[in-house]
Amino acid sequence: MDTAISRTSDDDLIQIVTPEGKRTEPSEYSRTVEDITIDKLRDLYEDLVVVRRIDAEATALQRQGELGLWAPLLGQEAAQVGSARALHADDFVFGSYREHGVAYCRGVDPTEMLRFWRGSTQSGWNPYEYNMTTPAIIVGAQALHATGYGLGMKFDGAEGAVITYFGDGATSQGDISEAFGFAASFGAPVVFFCQNNQWAISEPVTLQTHITIAERGRGFGVPSLRVDGNDVLAVLAATRTALARAREGSGPTLIEAVTYRMGPHTTSDDPTRYRPAALDDEWKQKDPIDRIERLLDAEGAMDAAFRARVKDRADHTAAELRRGCLGTVEPTAMSLFDNVYADPHPLIAEERDAYATYLAGFEGVQS
Amino acid sequence: MTATLAPTLPLGKALNAGLRRAMEDDPKVVLLGEDIGKLGGVFRITDGLQKDFGPNRVIDTPLAESGIIGTAVGLAFRGYRPVVEIQFDGFIYPAFDQIVSQVAKLHYRTGGNVKMPITIRVPYGGGIGAVEHHSESPEGYFAQTAGLRVVSCSNAADANVMLRQAIASDDPVLFFEPKRRYWQKGEVDVARPIDDAYPLHKARVVREGTDATIIAYGPLVVTALQAADVAAGEGRSIEVIDLRSLSPLDMDTIATSVRKTGRLVITHEAATFMGIGAEIAARVQDQCFYSLEAPVQRVGGFSTPYPAAKVEEFFLPDADRILDAVDRTFPA
Repeated sequence: MDTAISRTSDDDLIQIVTPEGKRTEPSEYSRTVEDITIDKLRDLYEDLVVVRRIDAEATALQRQGELGLWAPLLGQEAAQVGSARALHADDFVFGSYREHGVAYCRGVDPTEMLRFWRGSTQSGWNPYEYNMTTPAIIVGAQALHATGYGLGMKFDGAEGAVITYFGDGATSQGDISEAFGFAASFGAPVVFFCQNNQWAISEPVTLQTHITIAERGRGFGVPSLRVDGNDVLAVLAATRTALARAREGSGPTLIEAVTYRMGPHTTSDDPTRYRPAALDDEWKQKDPIDRIERLLDAEGAMDAAFRARVKDRADHTAAELRRGCLGTVEPTAMSLFDNVYADPHPLIAEERDAYATYLAGFEGVQS
Repeated sequence: MTATLAPTLPLGKALNAGLRRAMEDDPKVVLLGEDIGKLGGVFRITDGLQKDFGPNRVIDTPLAESGIIGTAVGLAFRGYRPVVEIQFDGFIYPAFDQIVSQVAKLHYRTGGNVKMPITIRVPYGGGIGAVEHHSESPEGYFAQTAGLRVVSCSNAADANVMLRQAIASDDPVLFFEPKRRYWQKGEVDVARPIDDAYPLHKARVVREGTDATIIAYGPLVVTALQAADVAAGEGRSIEVIDLRSLSPLDMDTIATSVRKTGRLVITHEAATFMGIGAEIAARVQDQCFYSLEAPVQRVGGFSTPYPAAKVEEFFLPDADRILDAVDRTFPA
């Protein structure tokens, strides 16, 4: 089978900054990001660089045996930063497992993200503290949770909206289709954000669908946008547009952010077995960070002080993350039994007590 | 107890009254399911509730079970207490992933920060002459899943109070309703508080006896009582326990009874192999080994798919098969 990335043209992609770093003609979308001054664009650039650095540091920590696994986001920084920076604090995020950039924008401590992948915790953080869920591994399940949460927001008359992230592979899951159907029927204030990174482990998106993912949303009556996922301004614009629809009571929107996973699916994966190097090279030309750098440079905003500021921030974040990871206080054996149930459960109590007694039996032997 | 406090209601209407009470008591209780609105559910358990509480409290959903449960998860995230109706037992399997991977695990996975107070009502079991996928007993799958509570009511009074207890629980509860007993009447005290002597996880001795114990739950409690009646005519005093809760198991009530009678028969409609009865038998031999006068006996469904209606009477445990098992616990 042909593993070309898409059978359809990309003419319909919303784009504000070209890969060459040039602004496109003004459009209804570019007008939604007119408030992004050069200073604010520099902040977005800094986010992109820091997020890439978090990813690189975590990948290194995995290679050094400190993490059991990591799901790199290399190449998807703009899709994550652009969408996350469109959110308000009271919006709620139902993420998948690669949204480290979104989590960073929500204020989650990168160390907390890592502890999940280290195997030290399943929780990472309190979802209510950042209005963002912890990683969800079963692909697509969280789109339904987002729909239910959005329905609850609607019942509550809340101002906020919900955004849920998933990949192109997840769109083959029934839960995604069911979420589209439920959200459309109920008019739930949900933004479905698909990071179409072209690959579901080794399977190209063409194996998941023969039409664009955006078109699949339209089939459910969910208005859908296709955006250049490597263009942080375009993603910001598309997400703002979708969130505004949700907030005004116009129901769900699907955003297909067309991007590319430049690294492996996870640190256990080897993309050289299934992916032509030429394709990787082609996408390197569309790098989400390079294009903003070119734009800022052209606008005279890549001065030495700014470069130093970004580098310091990335270095500092990486150092903090490494220190936090290596300083993780690991959970105890008895924590196994914590939080299985909200209310006391006799079976858990029985097993916990029996195991504590069993473990206590070794103390005499060791002393 | 006065007649006004304890009217006689069919089990199905007792459930309806329980839902109504729970919705009155807590505005966060919302109902989701297929056909539960205007129709009142295919068994009419939600009859009249949408009319009185509106379409935002009694929500007719698209026909997708995973979607129903997944949406309930999101509502629970938002602080609601969803009560889901799965139309028939055999329709729960498309929602299995959401139930065991999400509903059951989210409290654990989030370090206790996110509660999943979801009640999943499942009309279950055979005996109504239904076509396939309408008569199954999937409770064992869920009892094996950490994070879920699994209960089954057997009579109208319990149906009412146990459903309210399940909805009030901060944990997810699989609530199995014996659909062939929906029309069985009993006294129901709809004003009864739910924080009294019979918490959701307690079994109940429904008939005292001294010679052998029969454990049943859901639809087979009535059958077990019939068997005990027949046995009494033959001079045997049988104790009958209604398990009520399958997870957790009330081993105290079970062990107390077995230590008294020395003989145990467990019955359920689900397949005997790897069933709830196997767990009880293992625990009883562990805790009551020296009290047992005979090996523990099990009477359940066969290891076949649920059969066509014309032969289900041969598949379902009845009083005769239960009595045959009781006989096996007595030396010839």
